[in-house]
Amino acid sequence: MSPLLQTVLALATVGVIVAVLGYPLATWLHRVFTDERHWRVERAIYRIVGVDPNTEQRWSVYAISVVAFGVVSVVALWLLILVQGWLPWSFGRSQTWHGALNTAISFTTNTNWQSYAGEAGAGHTVQMLGLTVQNFVSAATGLAVAIALVRGLARAGADRVGNFWVDLTRGSVRVLLPIATVAALLLILGGVIQNLNAPSVVQTLTGGPQTIPGGPVASQEAIKMLGTNGGGFFNANSAHPFENPNAWTNLLEIVLVLLIPFALTRTYGLMVGDRRQGRLVAAVMAVLFAGAALLTTWSETAASTLATGSMEGKEERFGIAWSALFGTATTATSTGAVNSMHESYSPLGGGMLMLNMMLGEVSPGGVGTGLYGMLVLAIITVFIAGLMVGRTPELLGKTVGRKEITYAALASIIMPTLVLTGTAISLLLPSARAAMLADGPHGLSEMLYAFSSAGNNNGSAFAGLSADQPWLNLSLGAVMFLARFGIIVLTLALAGALASQLRRPVTAGTMPTHTPIFGVLLVGIVLLLAGLTFFPSLALGPLAEALS
Amino acid sequence: MTALTDHVPDKHIHPAAPRKSLGTTAWENLPQALVKLDPRHLVRQPVIFVVWVGSVLTTVLSVLDSSVFSVLITLWLWATLIFANLAEAIAEGRGKAQAASLRQTRVDTAARRLLADGSEEQISGQDLKVGDRVVVEAGQVIPGDGDVVEGVATVDESAITGESAPVIRESGGDRSAVTGGTTVLSDRIVVQITSKPGESFIDKMIALVEGAARQKTPNEVALSILLTVLTIIFLLAVMALQPMAIYSGDRLHLVVLVALLVCLIPTTIGALLSAIGIAGMDRLVQRNVLAMSGRAVEAAGDVSTLLLDKTGTITFGNRQAADVLPVAGVDRTELLRAAYLSSLADETPEGRSIVDYALAQGFTADITSTPELLRTGAEFVPFTAQTRMSGVDLPDGSRVRKGAGSAVAAWVHAEAGHMAHDVDEAVDTVSRAGGTPLVVAVQDVGMPPRQLGVIFLKDVVKPGMRERFDQLREMGIRTVMITGDNPLTAASIAAEAGVDDYLAEATPEDKMRLIKAEQQGGRLVAMAGDGTNDAPALAQADVGVAMNTGTSAAKEAGNMVDLDSDPTKLIDIVGIGKQLLITRGALTTFSIANDVAKYFAIIPAMFVGIFPGLAALNVMGLSSPKSAMLAAVIFNALIIVALIPLSLRGVAYRPLSATAMLRRNLLVYGLGGLIAPFVGIKVIDLLVSLLPGMA
Repeated sequence: MSPLLQTVLALATVGVIVAVLGYPLATWLHRVFTDERHWRVERAIYRIVGVDPNTEQRWSVYAISVVAFGVVSVVALWLLILVQGWLPWSFGRSQTWHGALNTAISFTTNTNWQSYAGEAGAGHTVQMLGLTVQNFVSAATGLAVAIALVRGLARAGADRVGNFWVDLTRGSVRVLLPIATVAALLLILGGVIQNLNAPSVVQTLTGGPQTIPGGPVASQEAIKMLGTNGGGFFNANSAHPFENPNAWTNLLEIVLVLLIPFALTRTYGLMVGDRRQGRLVAAVMAVLFAGAALLTTWSETAASTLATGSMEGKEERFGIAWSALFGTATTATSTGAVNSMHESYSPLGGGMLMLNMMLGEVSPGGVGTGLYGMLVLAIITVFIAGLMVGRTPELLGKTVGRKEITYAALASIIMPTLVLTGTAISLLLPSARAAMLADGPHGLSEMLYAFSSAGNNNGSAFAGLSADQPWLNLSLGAVMFLARFGIIVLTLALAGALASQLRRPVTAGTMPTHTPIFGVLLVGIVLLLAGLTFFPSLALGPLAEALS
Repeated sequence: MTALTDHVPDKHIHPAAPRKSLGTTAWENLPQALVKLDPRHLVRQPVIFVVWVGSVLTTVLSVLDSSVFSVLITLWLWATLIFANLAEAIAEGRGKAQAASLRQTRVDTAARRLLADGSEEQISGQDLKVGDRVVVEAGQVIPGDGDVVEGVATVDESAITGESAPVIRESGGDRSAVTGGTTVLSDRIVVQITSKPGESFIDKMIALVEGAARQKTPNEVALSILLTVLTIIFLLAVMALQPMAIYSGDRLHLVVLVALLVCLIPTTIGALLSAIGIAGMDRLVQRNVLAMSGRAVEAAGDVSTLLLDKTGTITFGNRQAADVLPVAGVDRTELLRAAYLSSLADETPEGRSIVDYALAQGFTADITSTPELLRTGAEFVPFTAQTRMSGVDLPDGSRVRKGAGSAVAAWVHAEAGHMAHDVDEAVDTVSRAGGTPLVVAVQDVGMPPRQLGVIFLKDVVKPGMRERFDQLREMGIRTVMITGDNPLTAASIAAEAGVDDYLAEATPEDKMRLIKAEQQGGRLVAMAGDGTNDAPALAQADVGVAMNTGTSAAKEAGNMVDLDSDPTKLIDIVGIGKQLLITRGALTTFSIANDVAKYFAIIPAMFVGIFPGLAALNVMGLSSPKSAMLAAVIFNALIIVALIPLSLRGVAYRPLSATAMLRRNLLVYGLGGLIAPFVGIKVIDLLVSLLPGMA
């Protein structure tokens, strides 16, 4: 069976599973974020933290809460990593101060870029108390912001967009924890390890010594995928047999990654009272996703004369199709996990994975971030095309005026600004240049990939770059922080502006935002915006390499 | 289906100056376009300002290190700027010509101010204050805006409306407002001045058509923000390109980077944006509508509820005969004859319509005109408030009467005549159908009078209204008919005209309540009005069109004034508002879609030196890197010129549903915008490659 056909079948399989599981999950998400009552455990949390769960926040207070929570998380995680030498189950692992800061920002921003190797930089305590906790709450934060934006669209004449602490708690307690628990058990059944063992060295039959690592891997692996985090327990990430032992766990991990981002589109439809809106967003995401997976598979197949296609950097147990699909799923969802080495992909295949990120993580994007990213782009699309029907553009009866377009446009240029300036400056710096493994266009791709990954809070790495050095740790850290919280603050400002508006009734003069033609337009704008911003740099990286 | 905006009033277009060809106008406005190269002016348009900075930069570079390529790029960048300014200059130039002819009416007039003791003093019109009372007599120019407080006069208002037929202005009522600069043709009136010199209606008009008072509209502001943000991101993308190029082994020439930047930023829409806005206002002026702000024009496009007065807008102002209902035993022809004779000398519109109706029904009259009738010795009995009947006494002694049912019944009864039993039934039928019943009776010589039947007078809906309302409905606009009629009549006319809703027995308060309710539901409301009691509703409505014949209070309250005083124009105004928004959206889409082709022209050209393989991206097969870049820059400049006519005229607009409109415009301007530059750049490249040093 040709890899391309395999990918088609794999896409169909994943599609069916995600649809079957996502449908009830979407309904559940809707109920979770509109529920009037609090669970007992949640009330206990609110008492400890000292918030009144029944008071909703203005967008500004909501935004301050998110950023404050982020800053506190970064500091706490940074300190935890720095003091891990004194903590149990650390096995003498450590990180430099700038490496630790990079890691702290990276996990707090749901990026999970790792400039350290798991085996050398993080003991079990840091993994469990620090990284895994952030895997949960950073995903819940994205979820909360998406829900707040949807509330902005769903409400009319309101000055509140929800309570961040309630959304954060509910997302963690009612959504992420239960699913992650089930997923961890399934992963253990599939062969992923779960223990607190120190690494042990054994003599193999061939004579050489081999280090067998241990650790609470399954518990972290589940949320790593479900929360679109992607930070591997081990350096090899999901290519490591203890993280992703076989085709079944590989399928499970892909499904986990796609589950919430796709389910949220239906939740969106339910919350705004028009399910067609959610279906359109899901369709747009699915088209972009499937297209990327197929192009990547095609590129990997075409890059080699072997019947298997180009297998460099890929695991035999996954093959081209399941590697390409995993790569697409993790770059298109801001997860950043890898089950194959993206550096070794063919120029166009690697370029596609990079492009998935450059789209702004909307196909389908990370937990929450995908939905709000896509809605911001939908607002820009509505603004450009909406004028063409002769009315002030509107989405779901909310007009896109001066305020709305300002927030949406600024939110959508933060990422390209950070990625392009970061890449450009780094290419000029000898110290950063020294971190590159390759030179020529492939080297440029390494740097561009790194900043695209950080700027989109993805965390995926083109393995060639040795990023654990002061400039890259700090600049990538800054990019991750600014991209994440800059976009969140603007998204929440947008939510506030939308919520305060009255709703204009839908008439025949209203541009419908659930029709195929709008879908085509939205796909077009997503591709056009990314294409126009990144075409020159892609031309000097992947394209130059592919065409030479 | 005809476009709503195709409807142009057949009156001549004000103010008089015939339109010159675009080429001539462009040539005349070229100096103005050069003046606008002043950076202090350009800084308000960020996109164009970036082009200016780029042009200055390449000029300096070309002087320092000149090559055919850099000089040509520099020249075309300046051309881009001049073309951008030209669009605005032409749009403004049109207004200036109109303003100039308006100014002629503003020459200083002498005013005869009435003093408290009743005597007059002669002062300059410029010295008038609000509240002054001035006397104006036949042949004199009214010195300022005001209300007639004494007398009645015919006034020539052609200076502002372009309409040569004089209008009547009288004290009290809704026809009391006069405009400074218009001329009294007959009689003497006393006018109380309501505006300060320099703030009169004509002054406002001049400022409006000149664009001096022009402020960016909300949508324009929002679009400018998006364009600015796009410019910033392209600026960054181009700036980031240099380090990447250096890394890749080739420092790019600054001229090349500027060329790329100018091609990428949305110069097309940036250049045409203000021209589109000015032209939108201008299109209203062409239809004799003055919008007091661009915001109002834009709001017109957003309107989702139209309040239309029944009389004069939906129906002709007067009721017309539509049918006759004879009572049992009376021949239809006999009734027609009686109706005809009773109305022949009746000069009211209703009377004339009865005559026309009878003739149209095949009644052959031996007497065809009023003088002829009177010559036979017949005597006309006019309508009086006491009898509430009119009619004619024929020379043979017979009498014909028509009037309200009760009045005729009283007459027949008084003369001991025969009461037809089915008259009341016919009267009810007419009332229920939304008409006004007129009962006709005749008294032959020596006989008691008898009722012949009923004339059905009805409000006649103007032809084509139903189609217009259907179009509006398709565009998502609800029409509400406002009338003082009783609900029964209102419902019947509303059904006939095809409006979506009606407000019967409407008082000004009802209107106000309706507007507020619609707005509460998120709808934008447009209405027309002329009376002082319309003023609050006009002010409350999102688009309030005051009739020029109306009171100054109404004109002050509305945000548009229709000089033709034609309330039907409200529908055209909505169309113009939509056309303005569509033009902006279409050209924005076109402008952004253009970038794809420009990338395919410039990027391979830039880097083919370092990576020969990138030649594969040169899908247009452009002759050389230099000619490719130059062709893209030239296309970028010429497309502005090519689109100036479209931006002034507005894109073709037909009332369609949003879905249909989106599909159509997306195909034309989205897909067209993707394809056109591929063709254009290729053609220009073929020509440019003939230049020395370009191949």
